[in-house]
Amino acid sequence: MTAEIGQLALCLALALALVQSASGLLGVRSRAAASVASGAAMGLFVFVALAFGALTYAFVTSDFSVLDVANNSHTLKPLIYKITGVWGNHEGSMLLWVLVLAVYSAAIAFLGRGGVKLTSAALGVQGLLAFAFLLFILFTSNPFLRLDPPPFEGAGLNPLLQDPGLAFHPPTLYTGYVGFSATFSYAAAALITGDSDAGWARAARPFMLIAWIALTLGIAGGSWWAYYTLGWGGFWFWDPVENASLMPWLIGTALLHSALATERTGAFRSWTLLLAIAAFSLSLIGTFLVRSGVLSSVHAFANDPARGVFILGMIGAAVFGALGLFAWRAPKLEGGATFEAVSRETALLFNNVFLAAVTTAVFVGTLFPLFYRALTGRDLSVGPPYYALTFAPIFLGLLVLVPFGPRLAWRRGDLKEAVRALMPAIGAAIIAPLIVLTFAAPRALAGSGAFAIAAWLIAASVIDLSKRGRWNVIPASAFAAALAHAGLGITLMGIAGTTLWRSEALQVLGPNETMTIDGYTLRLHGVYRVDGPNYQAARALIEVRENDRVIATMAPEKRLYPAEQQDTTDTAIRSTGFSDLYVALGDERDGGKWVIRAYVNPLAPFIWAGAGVMALGGLAGLWGRLRVMFAPRLAPQAAE
Amino acid sequence: MMRAILASLLLIVSLHAASAAPAPGALADPALEARAQALQKQFRCLVCQGESLDESNAPLAADLRRLIREHIARGETDAQITNYLVARYGDFILMKPPFEEGTWILWLAPFAVLLLGGGIAFVIVRRASRRTPLNPTA
Repeated sequence: MTAEIGQLALCLALALALVQSASGLLGVRSRAAASVASGAAMGLFVFVALAFGALTYAFVTSDFSVLDVANNSHTLKPLIYKITGVWGNHEGSMLLWVLVLAVYSAAIAFLGRGGVKLTSAALGVQGLLAFAFLLFILFTSNPFLRLDPPPFEGAGLNPLLQDPGLAFHPPTLYTGYVGFSATFSYAAAALITGDSDAGWARAARPFMLIAWIALTLGIAGGSWWAYYTLGWGGFWFWDPVENASLMPWLIGTALLHSALATERTGAFRSWTLLLAIAAFSLSLIGTFLVRSGVLSSVHAFANDPARGVFILGMIGAAVFGALGLFAWRAPKLEGGATFEAVSRETALLFNNVFLAAVTTAVFVGTLFPLFYRALTGRDLSVGPPYYALTFAPIFLGLLVLVPFGPRLAWRRGDLKEAVRALMPAIGAAIIAPLIVLTFAAPRALAGSGAFAIAAWLIAASVIDLSKRGRWNVIPASAFAAALAHAGLGITLMGIAGTTLWRSEALQVLGPNETMTIDGYTLRLHGVYRVDGPNYQAARALIEVRENDRVIATMAPEKRLYPAEQQDTTDTAIRSTGFSDLYVALGDERDGGKWVIRAYVNPLAPFIWAGAGVMALGGLAGLWGRLRVMFAPRLAPQAAE
Repeated sequence: MMRAILASLLLIVSLHAASAAPAPGALADPALEARAQALQKQFRCLVCQGESLDESNAPLAADLRRLIREHIARGETDAQITNYLVARYGDFILMKPPFEEGTWILWLAPFAVLLLGGGIAFVIVRRASRRTPLNPTA
């Protein structure tokens, strides 16, 4: 019964999406149509949520008469993975995508900033997107198809996805990806209505920030998951799927900066619109890359060409539709802002140039092999060395310039004054690499360079806040910038530390044999069989000593999931906050011996701590915006 | 509490510990082994997602790691081994794509965008600053 309810809810949602898009676009002319669009957006949310609830119910109750559940669930799976299994497969994850889209639509209708016309047109565009994705679900990826007769047991969920860290990775990432649909819709709405006062950028700001925060956390979470599951301590692989999430993040970052200038002084109006279109286009391309199976990976649940063609068609329609609209309407928007060569605007413009260049590196690096194969029939790999030579130098160049931005005033800045204010940060940038060169072994010039930039970023953030007076008068936006920029510095230290000063040891140990790594002595006590709810594990108990004192017992595991016939590694990590001791259990060898891989990753925790600080910066910015939005209005606001 | 008990148990059990065997399959000469380890970072595991031979747990990657060591033991240079692997598996095995006629777009595109974007930004800034009214308190 629930599956039929879900199916019906999806069909009604499809109809409502059509109503929302039509009335939303008509709402530019008619107030009555605009209010219909708002109602439709709320209704769309209700019905998509109902469908999602129905699917969740089917997973939780292990209703194997539903094909999607039978293919992707199992009765023995712990409850949490039955729930998260809803989006651990293609059909369910697309439903989650539409649910997030519907939440954003409802939020646009609810907040309704920027005037009736703008809101209505934005809802119209959101409606079109929802319509396309609902069609996609109903025709190629219906999660509610029945199976008769139902099997006794389900096929289970990919064990790699049965992990607390990964369980909430898709919703977080989707909140980011789909969040840019809201900014896209506002940008399209601004083009449709001819909004010339950049009110769209103000209305879209909270969505931009939410999307950016969620993407930051989603990317960091994915990287953390890779770090502790893949068993060798790597945290970023330049895998196409990772790149797919990095591109909207980079362009989203550019958008956050450019939109600031557009809101404040009316500069870069058409460029900001273009970035809003690009950020969502890249999110769609990310969805295409991940979902179509063009690039196979743990993320690609299905390999169905029909789906790929459908998504490609949708991307084409959205991207070229928006670009066409842009080419037609944008030339009328250009106001021509005035600012001096040394100004915040110039800083933001160059921020955008650098971000566009690094996004190009990721874009070309990800897609070039596909084109190369199509043209020459040969395969090509674009691995980390490519990004080390293209992405890294350009991004580091950007980081060197970052601290100047917040210290330059709008329209007319004072470079001398900025440099004077930043003097202590320049000092920090000189001292930090000297300390690194003195104490860190082996000596790495690249490492000291990274620490110089990190110290520069963090010190400049502290200076920026200290120059603004008492903490309670500092605007939220200043906190946002300082935290986000300092977070970059923290992450950079983590990346440099882990990459340059990692120690590694690989040995075959029998019971009571020892190995040493970086001052730690690891003694294998033994390897034991442990049964989990739906897996069997070999668990090694390893005693860790430092200076002849036992400091910990670590228990890395190797798990076999019989239902899925797959095994996973469950590493053990002991973190001091400044460095990780990382131990993974390898294969069994003759004579009851086991391969043990151990690593010491200095500063590894900084990688994710930095991302957390960046996200906090985003939250500070969001808080500032929402406080203004919901503050009791003192002056009558120009609602339209 | 459990941890403390476990730790003390371990301490009692393990009073006499033997030393461990060296890493499986490693070359006896540390200099050659270092070369092998550097080399296996440059090739990709052919059956994995973006992992190098160095990182992968796949059996094929293990075979190739062994193959690299065999060739090193035979006295071949890094370039000879690279050529051998490329001849056998194609450019796909290289983590670093070659810079050649067909791939220059890949290598130069990011820098082209940086230069072109920088040029456009320069023009925009110059135009915007020319419009600036002569108002010292702007």
